[in-house]
Amino acid sequence: MSWLTPTLQDLLLEAFWETLAMVGVSAAIAVAIGLPIALLLHVTGRGGLSPLPWLHRPLGILVNAVRSTPFIILMVAIIPFTRLVAGTSIGTAAAIVPLALAATAFLARLFENALREVDGGVVEAARAMGASRMQIVWKVLVPEALPGLIAAVTVALVSLVGFSAMAGAVGGGGLGDLGIRFGYQRFMPEVMATVVLLLILFVQGLQSLGDWLVRRLSRR
Amino acid sequence: MTAIAVAEATGYPAAPLRPETMPDPAAPPAVAPAVALTGLRKRFAAGGAVALDEVSLRVETGEIFGIVGRSGAGKSTLIRCVNLLERPDAGQVQVLGQDLLALGEAGLRQARRGIGMVFQHFNLHHRRTVAENIAFSLEIAGATRAERRARVAELLPLVGLEAKRDAYPAQLSGGQKQRVGIARALASAPRLLLCDEATSALDPETTAEILALIRDLRDRLALTVLLITHEMGVVQAICDRVAVMEAGRIIEQGRVFDLFTAPREKVTRRFVSEVIGDAVPLAALARLPAPPPGQRRVLLRVLFRGPHATRPVIGEAAARYGIALNILSGRIDAIAGEPFGIMVLAAEAPPEALAACLAWMRGLGLAVEELAA
Ligand SMILES: Nc1ncnc2c1ncn2[C@@H]1O[C@H](COP(=O)(O)OP(=O)(O)OP(=O)(O)O)[C@@H](O)[C@H]1O
Ligand SMILES: [Mg+2]
Repeated sequence: MSWLTPTLQDLLLEAFWETLAMVGVSAAIAVAIGLPIALLLHVTGRGGLSPLPWLHRPLGILVNAVRSTPFIILMVAIIPFTRLVAGTSIGTAAAIVPLALAATAFLARLFENALREVDGGVVEAARAMGASRMQIVWKVLVPEALPGLIAAVTVALVSLVGFSAMAGAVGGGGLGDLGIRFGYQRFMPEVMATVVLLLILFVQGLQSLGDWLVRRLSRR
Repeated sequence: MTAIAVAEATGYPAAPLRPETMPDPAAPPAVAPAVALTGLRKRFAAGGAVALDEVSLRVETGEIFGIVGRSGAGKSTLIRCVNLLERPDAGQVQVLGQDLLALGEAGLRQARRGIGMVFQHFNLHHRRTVAENIAFSLEIAGATRAERRARVAELLPLVGLEAKRDAYPAQLSGGQKQRVGIARALASAPRLLLCDEATSALDPETTAEILALIRDLRDRLALTVLLITHEMGVVQAICDRVAVMEAGRIIEQGRVFDLFTAPREKVTRRFVSEVIGDAVPLAALARLPAPPPGQRRVLLRVLFRGPHATRPVIGEAAARYGIALNILSGRIDAIAGEPFGIMVLAAEAPPEALAACLAWMRGLGLAVEELAA
């Protein structure tokens, strides 16, 4: 392991933290914005608690538009917006903006699916007991869908790890960036291998944690 | 007849005699009806089938009222109109003295707290324990944790689930889940309980238990119960009055005993014969030799009710009029706690004697019907 110099170790550690930051922060933003969007989509849809086609349609189209734009194009296309928000278009902070945007749209759809899995009978029982719409959303829909919501977050986190490597390659730092710079550009395959191994372990860890939480929460 | 004999004969617990809850149609009810639906109409899609067609219905306070009908008859639509889970296109919905259609959203939510509902598939929250499920309606009404605990502690023994307090629905049997559903419906102390096929997902034994529980709760808590079912056995076991629905209309209604022993409509007859078992036993009929010359053979369906259920009418008729009577099938049962007997007889006699005998039997108040042989 002579290639693993202290300098390289520091670089790996720093890159790992950058990846963690990109994935963590953008996921947190995506959950915070994606859940309300998903609830809105679910509630305003046909047969929902408050069907509002004029809101449901455009919102659905917007989410689809973001979802269907390839990430690399999305990243470039929103550079002006990224500058506005992050003050710069390079670096980890700047990478978080497109990552959060893509993840928000992705999660909104996954969350919507999870909400659709909630037994309509439970919602009906709550209505029969005199629950308000807000109570149905926060005391029935979200708690009943929680295992599904957590599973969706797990899927999103794993995808974000992949996307973050791409974002890193255009100046965002992180493990993906390190792998490209050292492993590919400086012909150090051992660095590339280490980066890949770290990413595999990271994703495995995320998936196991997510699965464990879902099992614990589902009570079925 | 004892309750146990009835339970054995019908497979369901016998309804106790409760004359006070069986309103005499002649006397005007002293209290306002719990439910009064007037002229309800509902069609789900323009041009689609009519789910409710001018349905009017009164459920008196304190009674258990059943609605039977085949699949798609409109039963669920009707019961869901009672708490406005479904809004009728036209008509009036008066429940516990309130005009529900006149209420705003907040008023309707308040009114719904006075109406419990029990569902075929239980509709429990999977991620809440038994206690948390039962407390749901209290939680949304803003009760404190202490109030909820106290109420749950009252309700658990009422439905016999003390031991399952902290279990999750996945850990319960169907019957236990329905007990939770019933306790949950009762948490807000409603005066009206709506049951949409509450026992249809349960086996016969569990059905009997749940029905006995519902009747017991009605007695103890002075509830009014409106239930829908496609099983006549449920009606026989606990209902005081019953309505029969077909294609969005109520085609017949009345006291359970009357409807069972003297059904008018064809659909009702078919439902009733499920539990009465008055089909002509063709195999027994085929084995009878031809009647002697000069004699006529008729098939009679005789219904004994009231005091005649115990009088030896058959023997008396045979002796008085010199009639040969062959019992092809017979059964003694109870409906809504009243005993009745039903027999299919083959009678052989000269035509005059036969006519005189039928007149005599009818004079005693028996329902005698000539069946086509
Ligand atoms: N939400 C709905 N949308 C469209 N049609 C409906 C809806 N609910 C009921 N219907 C239709 O209304 C009619 C009556 O249905 P309903 O559910 O009231 O019948 P039911 O007597 O309860 O039947 P079952 O015994 O099968 O539960 C049926 O023709 C049904 O297809
Ligand atoms: Mg139904």
